[in-house]
Amino acid sequence: MTILKAENISKQYRLGLVGTGTLSHDLNRWWASIRGKEDPYLKVGSVNDRSTKADSEYVWALRDINFEVKQGEVLGIIGKNGAGKSTLLKILSRVTIPTTGEIKTKGRIASLLEVGTGFHPELTGRENIYLNGAILGMTKAEIKSKEAEIIEFSGCERYIDTPVKRYSSGMRVRLAFAVAAFLEPDILVIDEVLAVGDAEFQKKAIGKMQDISRGDGRTVLFVSHNMVSILNLCSRVICMEHGKIIADGPTEETIDFYLNNQQDKIANENFKNIDSNKEISVKEFNIMSKVKTGHVFNSEIIIHSKIEVLIQIAFTISTAESQPIYQIYSGHVGESFKMKVGDNKVKIVVDSLPLVHGSYLGNLWVGTSSLTYDFHKEVINFEVQEGAIRCDGPISSKNGYPIIENANWEFYE
Amino acid sequence: MSKIDDQDWLYTISSKRKLIDFNFQEIWRYRDLLFLFVKRDVVTVYKQTILGPLWYLIQPLFTALTFTLIFNKVANIETGTVPPFLFNLAGVSIWNYFNTCLTSTSDTFKTNAAIFGKVYFPRIIVPLSIIISNLMKFGIQLLIFIAFYIFYYFNGAAIHLTSSVLFFPLIVMLMGLLGLGLGMIISSMVTKYRDLKFLVGFGVQLLMYVSAVMYPLALMREKLPKIAWVVEYNPLAYIIETARYMLLGTGTFSWFGIVYTVGVTIAVLMLGIVIFNRTEKTFIDTV
Repeated sequence: MTILKAENISKQYRLGLVGTGTLSHDLNRWWASIRGKEDPYLKVGSVNDRSTKADSEYVWALRDINFEVKQGEVLGIIGKNGAGKSTLLKILSRVTIPTTGEIKTKGRIASLLEVGTGFHPELTGRENIYLNGAILGMTKAEIKSKEAEIIEFSGCERYIDTPVKRYSSGMRVRLAFAVAAFLEPDILVIDEVLAVGDAEFQKKAIGKMQDISRGDGRTVLFVSHNMVSILNLCSRVICMEHGKIIADGPTEETIDFYLNNQQDKIANENFKNIDSNKEISVKEFNIMSKVKTGHVFNSEIIIHSKIEVLIQIAFTISTAESQPIYQIYSGHVGESFKMKVGDNKVKIVVDSLPLVHGSYLGNLWVGTSSLTYDFHKEVINFEVQEGAIRCDGPISSKNGYPIIENANWEFYE
Repeated sequence: MSKIDDQDWLYTISSKRKLIDFNFQEIWRYRDLLFLFVKRDVVTVYKQTILGPLWYLIQPLFTALTFTLIFNKVANIETGTVPPFLFNLAGVSIWNYFNTCLTSTSDTFKTNAAIFGKVYFPRIIVPLSIIISNLMKFGIQLLIFIAFYIFYYFNGAAIHLTSSVLFFPLIVMLMGLLGLGLGMIISSMVTKYRDLKFLVGFGVQLLMYVSAVMYPLALMREKLPKIAWVVEYNPLAYIIETARYMLLGTGTFSWFGIVYTVGVTIAVLMLGIVIFNRTEKTFIDTV
């Protein structure tokens, strides 16, 4: 059964006038125009595509969004910063209204956006449970019946009658999440809450959310940049870009699409200007499929050659801080490639990538033992997702070491 | 959950706006929130202070004392047979109620921007809770007035209650609603024009001088007949004058004034609700 239906949702923001209109700003504009300068407020609020210059006074944060959510479905929403995810959630949680379109719902929607808003620092934890619960739409009787469970789940029993201003930030988040987790709306909207709290609590929170969606048949809309939690929780994922839905489907497929989509772009942008004077130059360098610790790493290089020659290739990886850590060099294994005139394709496959999750930079070198034909420093920037080198679940701690090895362990008694 | 028919949507989030979108049922469902907001406001204001709720009493007492010294002893304003201190205490207490209602509700959107930007609940709950929590403070202040009333009464002051005192709660309600209406209008406009915040700050102070707080309405007519109309067209002046008539048996009571005040209050309140409703939908984009 469809519980929520979004039809042609669009949200327009006006550049430069967002939040302005006061006299002081108008005077500033006037002063700038007299000196023949650009309107100082034109760039404010450009959400649609941050990197490009605005060519219109208006920007569409969301454009013609259509989707349906079935009862009991856990829908993930992913996308880069500024893709419009939060704007969509704001409309869903009735904080603002769309410029066009309608959202129809058969259930009450409650949102859990950046938990802890609405906590009053002077009130005790217990008083804040009631206040926060009421803000989220619970009645006093509902909260009372769940009070003990909420306190237990938060793990803050000891501090429950202490003002919240004395809490650590972690405790505040725990308490706030606990209140929201025991909320019983028909549709729960969650934005990036799991990014906070320690590993133990994150695990607890994910488990609770699985219970909510599976056990009670609650519908959940979940926005996150953390692909692991999306993978763990969601049955379906929507991927957004520049205010539009660009993919909608089963979780794994959509995440793959999103990660590839992101990487192809990075790779292609860097090879726009090929140096035509070079005899041999790299034309394209793409990392295929998503990159995960312990999983297959697959990349493809297209090399343009004007001569027939035997070459070797080196792909070296640095940390995001430009510290070189890892080399894949065809010379080490005695491989070289015979270039023919025109485009040549070379594939690099690593069976089990030993890098832990994080951001890495790649350099690419093409040459012979005595000569460099082409060298690109930090030409690709890629993200390694959490994965496992064996099969015991994702590696969540790096302990400061970017490279890990699956050794053979033996224990003698 | 029971099977719901496909046509049976609970509600719609739409770009279309109705002029008056006032959902009593929804507000009723959030009554616990209203209660908790009131409790929060009353309990937290004087946390970590030594005198605590006594501050509620100190404010009107010292204001009334100052007024008595300046306006009655120095400037020789006549309050008739009523002791000047009691006269001022009554005016100050009622004026304070309006003052706090107006200034706190006019900040509604700005002070609650963080929470309004995250969750939905009927926004009008916030100004309503301000009106109610201030009513409780007013109640406490009224107690101290009653104490002084009894003191003066047994010391032979010429004061007497009239039977019209039964309508005193209505006058207080009128004052609260007028503050609510004006506050909602200002709060909606402050989201865009922050200047209004400063205007409210000193505007309210000036307003007090034309609201017959520290002088009887009749005195204004007598001394400054040319600009007395400023006071006479001010609904606040009638509320304060009428309240004093009920409590102390001094001043004038006019049916015209009451009808006029009720009319203005209803108009301001309706306008406030309409503007507030308009603003609450999109203010998060402009705040």
